[in-house]
Amino acid sequence: MTVRLRGLSRTATASLVLALALLGGCASIPEPHAVRLPIPGEIVTRSDPWEAFNRRMFNFNEGVDRAIVKPAALVYQKVVPQWLRTGVGNMLGNLGDVWSAANLALQIKPRAAVEMTARVMFNSTFGLGGFIDIADEIGLQRSSVEDLGQTLGVWGVPSGPYVVLPFLGPSTVRDGLTLVTVDNRYSGPSLVLSEPRDRNGATLVRLLNTRVGLLNAGRVLDDIALDKYVLLRDAYLARRRSLIYDGDPPEDDAPPAKPAAAEASVTPPAAAAAPAAAASAAK
Amino acid sequence: MKALGLTVAMATAGLVGAARAEALAPDAFVRQVSNDVIEAVKSDKAIQAGDVNRIRTLVDSKVMPHVNFQRMTASSVGPQWRSATPDQQKRMLEEFKTLMVNTYSGALTQVKDQSINVKPLRGAADATEQIVRTEVRGKGDPIQLDYRIEKAGDGWKIYDVNVGGFWLVEAYKGQFAKDLSAGGMDALINALATKNKSLAAAPKS
Repeated sequence: MTVRLRGLSRTATASLVLALALLGGCASIPEPHAVRLPIPGEIVTRSDPWEAFNRRMFNFNEGVDRAIVKPAALVYQKVVPQWLRTGVGNMLGNLGDVWSAANLALQIKPRAAVEMTARVMFNSTFGLGGFIDIADEIGLQRSSVEDLGQTLGVWGVPSGPYVVLPFLGPSTVRDGLTLVTVDNRYSGPSLVLSEPRDRNGATLVRLLNTRVGLLNAGRVLDDIALDKYVLLRDAYLARRRSLIYDGDPPEDDAPPAKPAAAEASVTPPAAAAAPAAAASAAK
Repeated sequence: MKALGLTVAMATAGLVGAARAEALAPDAFVRQVSNDVIEAVKSDKAIQAGDVNRIRTLVDSKVMPHVNFQRMTASSVGPQWRSATPDQQKRMLEEFKTLMVNTYSGALTQVKDQSINVKPLRGAADATEQIVRTEVRGKGDPIQLDYRIEKAGDGWKIYDVNVGGFWLVEAYKGQFAKDLSAGGMDALINALATKNKSLAAAPKS
């Protein structure tokens, strides 16, 4: 253990120096953010030709969640203290950051890739193997979570139809294939664990840890959805599209237009006098 | 007489509000509204505990005055809004508002140690419609929270909100489409009313 620790501290020092050097270099790296790759057609689908199948799979997943995953997550939440859950989440996030950094490089976003790499270095060393997100506290926040599906999207590979995967939930053909074949191997516990038993254990912990974080979101979703299947589908597709464009997708579909009728009925009070409008709004 | 006094008081409050809002830039407007709401939640134990009535009061007093709710509803409904009768429009506005307040209530009980980081404006400063980008910082990864706002008199009004890449109006368009195509406005209003009733009846967890 002591040997390990000593080794760690030497690695830590080395990585600090390297990370600082990289960060210093960051400023001079131009981020080709303005370069928009020519993306043909829909990079994330909006249609759902497999809806009948997808709805069946969605109901199956909801059933599994209700019967097994959610109850297990509630137990996990009770048994495992908050600090430990946060720590586990940080470690998993750190492993995810490694894969994000690789994907940022593949997307030719050098500055973001370097920053992400610096995050991993800080957290893996000073953050005790990622248990503490120390990089976050020194201002090196996680700016994104990247995966191979996004990288392919950035390079113009269309998503293909929407598909709900058993157990894994909303996806598309492109993102589902990359998730199952590549992402799962490089972005999670499998990155550092080689024994299948360890991997399975870690996958289970990851599932529960993530599910606890979603308990409240699930409640909000249930409250607002008229059709939960459609809401989750639309949210997933919009989010994927937004992620591929780094949160700033082009407005190919117009923002909510001012419908003439609504405008007509709104204009009189607004035009009449500001106080009147303000008073009526304050009611 | 009493009613008149109330109207005058409200008009005065409106005037003061308008005067204060006049100088605000789009990003400052969003920052102010966000901070007002967050502060109100942080200083109110009942809201943190999920007291729906208190949350409703907060939403009504601190959020709704800054929202062009009519526009939000009209765009969520789409073309059928124009052909709807005034009565249908009125009922739709009411039911949709209840749903929105419920939505917002759920989100507000999650406010704990979050802060809002408003990003620099990118659009033309004199545009009458703007997008203000913010992120909610707290435990875990920041959550993207963007606003579409329009000039309203001397101030601004919000007419769409983006949570994590998903615009609210787009979300509700998708939710409303099936009922609208199956049975028109009345079917949609009924579906919303049923939903709201079930939410009101459900034990809060």
